[in-house]
Amino acid sequence: MEFEKGRGELLKEALKQRILVLDGAMGTMIQRHTLTEEDFRGDRFKDHHASLKGNNDLLSLTRPDIIEEIHRKYFEAGADIAETNTFSSTRIAQADYHLEDAVYDLNFESARLARKVADVFTERHPEKPRFVLGSMGPTNRTASLSPDVNDPGYRAVSFEDLRKTYFEQATALIKGGVDALLVETVFDTLNAKAALFAIDEVFEALEHSVPVMVSGTITDASGRTLSGQTTEAFLISLEHFPLLSIGLNCALGAAQLRPYLKVLAEKAPFGVSAHPNAGLPNEFGEYDQSPEEMAGQIKAFLEDQFLNIVGGCCGTTPEHISAIATLAAKYKPRQRFESQLTEVRNLQAD
Amino acid sequence: MMKLSGLESLNIIPDANFVNIGERTNVTGSRKFLRLIQEDKYDEAVDIALEQVRGGAQILDVNMDEGMLDGEKAMTRFLNLIAAEPEIARVPFMVDSSKWIIIEAGLRCIQGKAVVNSISLKGGEEEFIWQASRIKKYGAAVVVMAFDEMGQADSLDRRIEICRRSYRILTEVVGFNPNDIIFDPNIFPVATGMDEHQNNALDFFEATKWIKANLKGAKVSGGVSNVSFSFRGNQLVREAMHSSFLYHAIKAGMDMGIVNPTMLTVYDDIDAELLERVEDVILNRREDATERLLDYAEQVKGDYKAQEKKSEEWRELPIKERLAHALVKGIDNYIIEDTEACRQAFDRPLEVIEGPLMDGMNVVGDLFGSGKMFLPQVVKSARVMKKAVAYLFPYIEEDKKKYQDKSAAGKILLATVKGDVHDIGKNIVGVVLACNNYEVIDMGVMVPADKIIARAIEEKVDVIGLSGLITPSLEEMVNVASEMERNGLDIPLLIGGATTSRVHTAVKIEKNYTKSQTVHVNDASRSVTVVERLLSSGKDAFIGELRKEYDKIRINHASKETRKQYLSIEDARKNKAEIDWSNYTPDIPKMLGTKVFEEYSLREIAGYIDWTPFFQTWDLHGKFPAILTDKVVGVEANKVYKDATEMLKEIITNKWLTARAVIGVWPANSNGNDSVDVFAENGEVIHTFEFMRQQVKKASGQPNLSLADFIAPKECGTRDYIGGFAVTAGDGIEKHLDRFKKAHDDYSVIMLKALADRLAEAFAELMHEKVRKDFWGYASRENLSNAELIKEKYRGIRPAAGYPACPDHTEKPGLFELMDVTQTTGISLTENFAMYPASSVSGLYFAHPQSKYFGVGRIAADQVEDLAERKGLSKKDMERWLGANLNY
Repeated sequence: MEFEKGRGELLKEALKQRILVLDGAMGTMIQRHTLTEEDFRGDRFKDHHASLKGNNDLLSLTRPDIIEEIHRKYFEAGADIAETNTFSSTRIAQADYHLEDAVYDLNFESARLARKVADVFTERHPEKPRFVLGSMGPTNRTASLSPDVNDPGYRAVSFEDLRKTYFEQATALIKGGVDALLVETVFDTLNAKAALFAIDEVFEALEHSVPVMVSGTITDASGRTLSGQTTEAFLISLEHFPLLSIGLNCALGAAQLRPYLKVLAEKAPFGVSAHPNAGLPNEFGEYDQSPEEMAGQIKAFLEDQFLNIVGGCCGTTPEHISAIATLAAKYKPRQRFESQLTEVRNLQAD
Repeated sequence: MMKLSGLESLNIIPDANFVNIGERTNVTGSRKFLRLIQEDKYDEAVDIALEQVRGGAQILDVNMDEGMLDGEKAMTRFLNLIAAEPEIARVPFMVDSSKWIIIEAGLRCIQGKAVVNSISLKGGEEEFIWQASRIKKYGAAVVVMAFDEMGQADSLDRRIEICRRSYRILTEVVGFNPNDIIFDPNIFPVATGMDEHQNNALDFFEATKWIKANLKGAKVSGGVSNVSFSFRGNQLVREAMHSSFLYHAIKAGMDMGIVNPTMLTVYDDIDAELLERVEDVILNRREDATERLLDYAEQVKGDYKAQEKKSEEWRELPIKERLAHALVKGIDNYIIEDTEACRQAFDRPLEVIEGPLMDGMNVVGDLFGSGKMFLPQVVKSARVMKKAVAYLFPYIEEDKKKYQDKSAAGKILLATVKGDVHDIGKNIVGVVLACNNYEVIDMGVMVPADKIIARAIEEKVDVIGLSGLITPSLEEMVNVASEMERNGLDIPLLIGGATTSRVHTAVKIEKNYTKSQTVHVNDASRSVTVVERLLSSGKDAFIGELRKEYDKIRINHASKETRKQYLSIEDARKNKAEIDWSNYTPDIPKMLGTKVFEEYSLREIAGYIDWTPFFQTWDLHGKFPAILTDKVVGVEANKVYKDATEMLKEIITNKWLTARAVIGVWPANSNGNDSVDVFAENGEVIHTFEFMRQQVKKASGQPNLSLADFIAPKECGTRDYIGGFAVTAGDGIEKHLDRFKKAHDDYSVIMLKALADRLAEAFAELMHEKVRKDFWGYASRENLSNAELIKEKYRGIRPAAGYPACPDHTEKPGLFELMDVTQTTGISLTENFAMYPASSVSGLYFAHPQSKYFGVGRIAADQVEDLAERKGLSKKDMERWLGANLNY
């Protein structure tokens, strides 16, 4: 298979020059449509034996018009990078819907969809090239926590299971044309390590590599990941991979992320990213932080030059991304990034 | 700088203090540990790891290399177990094995950045390169032994040669980060009696110096206890040897070592004579050094006092505090004896749980809530709690027999809802309930609604408890509640979990489940009282209280709503429903203009009756047909239903009532200001509907709706359509009502009115279906059951003026005029725009698939002014008509 060369390099180049804007929530945008079981099934899965409603990733196959439109809206709002609609497109996560066999297609088609929309925008505005990021979620199982309170040694998923499932996902995403991969919403670092291990194997198998980004999630007020790591331990555990960026997303709003982003901004030898939620959910689980409010909180990060990439997670919309993009254009990206990269290179050359 | 991590980071900077690697969790070095693993006593084996970390180990070495063990399995099991102990998992792990397969099994269990101990050139370059590449992919650091194809390095030169070569391959061929390389230049025993061993320690020191000076970034480590191998059994001498060796090795640049901290003494505390003789050996200072040290060792043998066991201060605390301490720290070593002590201090064993143990768990809850504890620690606390409870359980059983406990035992089903894996709170509730004589069925985590309901029915449970921590779980709980309703369950529903709230339960969940009571219980200790009361004979009073409380919450919440922000009407219009009109082609209606129906078949209409509201008229609450078998109201419901069907038969056969209808479909377009123009076939505007728009500021992404949004705007160039209808089933009713009134038969008066109302609604439903399938015909392939119709599963809506989507009654006269309603059906409008006869329904038809019912809610003065102007009314009149919808 032939791969288009150079877009990964273009992404790295763009990252040095400006703060890149990632898109916002996919789920929130999908919820704007009133979708029925039939929408999710489409023709292809109309006789599938399990209920498919709520399997948002599936819409890439059955309602591509909706997903395309969402990508388009985020690009229109000023996003540089769109994430593919593949957060749960792994064999492990799709097992809930008995759609393991559709996983390759889900990733491949989602990547193509986003690619198509990105290319239209790049053609229209060559001075602002748009990129496609293959989203790789954490799956719904943890490799270093036991779901059974009585048997702490038990694991519902193994490193090997995860490695295999991520291998399949990364292969399909790259073949579908993504410019980079994002291992995101990492709640258990061992899951992410399996993903990076698999990605490495995919690069070898395809003889083609793309930049890789990682984004973790701090789950509660203790400031730890779900699997109990501090931000710094999380960074150290994944530093072996030559990442394009490392960052945090989800779970918290921008304001609450600050202390943990600061750790990354100070210590990471890669770019630093953040795509927080639109605030903390209210008592109905809704995100009601306005674009202005969110941008206001993000402004503080930009002033302190914490970030190279910024976007939105749960509850964010094109309006949020538009407000963030307008703001991000006014600030310089985190500079440390460059010096640290040089430092790492020098050290490795020694 | 070398960076490692467990749950926390370990940065080994140049000139850092010596890093202590715990070595007791090694089957080759600790007989006790080996025995525990062999006997499958992993609990105690984990304790050894904990002791090591508490004793100051900064990295924990784990080794399972023993011929009789399945090393791969043992490594996996043990690493998984200590990963669950936050106090241990805090530190980085060192996977120690001579077998690659065990190393790899270990690496697959570790989320942090670990150290592999060890690889070497023993098996040749190819194997070395392959293993190092794998380690790099797993993101671990590596210990490299000074060992090659020729064997183990036993001289300074060989050590240097092998380390140099290994370093070159690792950094140049494999691309290993030099900061992640640790050399182990072999610590061999001294004072063995053999001359060739005399320089062993010195060679190690010299090799260390050379590595640190020449191999940039690399670190040096080693197994210290080897050096004193020949003095096994003599603790005092060994400790002194270790301390002395380390003192010199660290000076030479050794960064870390495998050391048993309990086998060390403080260098400065070593007896001067012993130190001199030890250092003569270590530094190879005299020919007779070995003999002199042996002599000294003979003298002091037996003199050595067993090291005083470190007393743990918390053991001195009062019993209740000890329990709390054990729970907070997750220490289960003493939990049984402490629980027993507590049991003896209380009258009844249950009080131990409800008292000190729950107090301790509340502390845990508070610490977790304030971010001072994190999840894995709480899991540990829960385990300690469970152990204590398990111990008490037989006593509780015994106690119950003794007291002939009459507490009504019931069956409780607990589950964490679909999509959520958090279950600590749920588990605690389960334990507490089980301790209180309830049978608990715990379905675990990520349980879908259908499974919960099926199990509840199968097991005939008395209460269902739902738990969840993440916000989407709130929505799922609403779903479970409505599924319970749909499946006709009538048992109490408990809601708990960190993100749940009384407000959410009252406003969102409770209303979806009307057959029994929903209760928010966020405190495990409260769960017992709540369940007790829900299952007691006084439950009605309790439920009454709850309902009152939740009503109050709802009212408060609603009043908060009024403090909501409002958009200007312009901004609200900008946030209208997003409908892609460019890709929408309206179905051409099969009819345009109006169509009248005289004397429609009552029998046909009766088939469309939604009986549920009928029972509500009689204050009988529940869904039809389940209500007929309802435990509480079933008998009464049956009676009314029987009378109703009898009267309905009369109505139909003796034509007590006449059903009439008129419908209309016209071309229409919205014109931007929430107005919809209706056209004659020649394009002339024959009427304009003036709709209202939601003005409350919505969460982002949520539109401010108006009915006008569902009709294509003029400027998109698409000709759209709107429909209207008016139906009545009330003509002729007065005659019969009079008859019943004269006979003082109030029951029949209410019955007839209720039936006529139902028939009118049913007629509207029937007509809507006919319009969708035939007259307008945009859904000709629709095929729905009556139940599905009631749930409005069809495309399009039929909102009525005076109802939430269009609260403005003054829209009725226009519609009546458009269809000449009074002439064609006999329905007239009163001065307040109520319809007469009362059993009549009128409204509009919208066909777009995205059209839906909504409530306009409160609106601001600017919209009232705008609306008044559009309709040519005074603002004052408009305010009078919309009184309930004004936000001022």
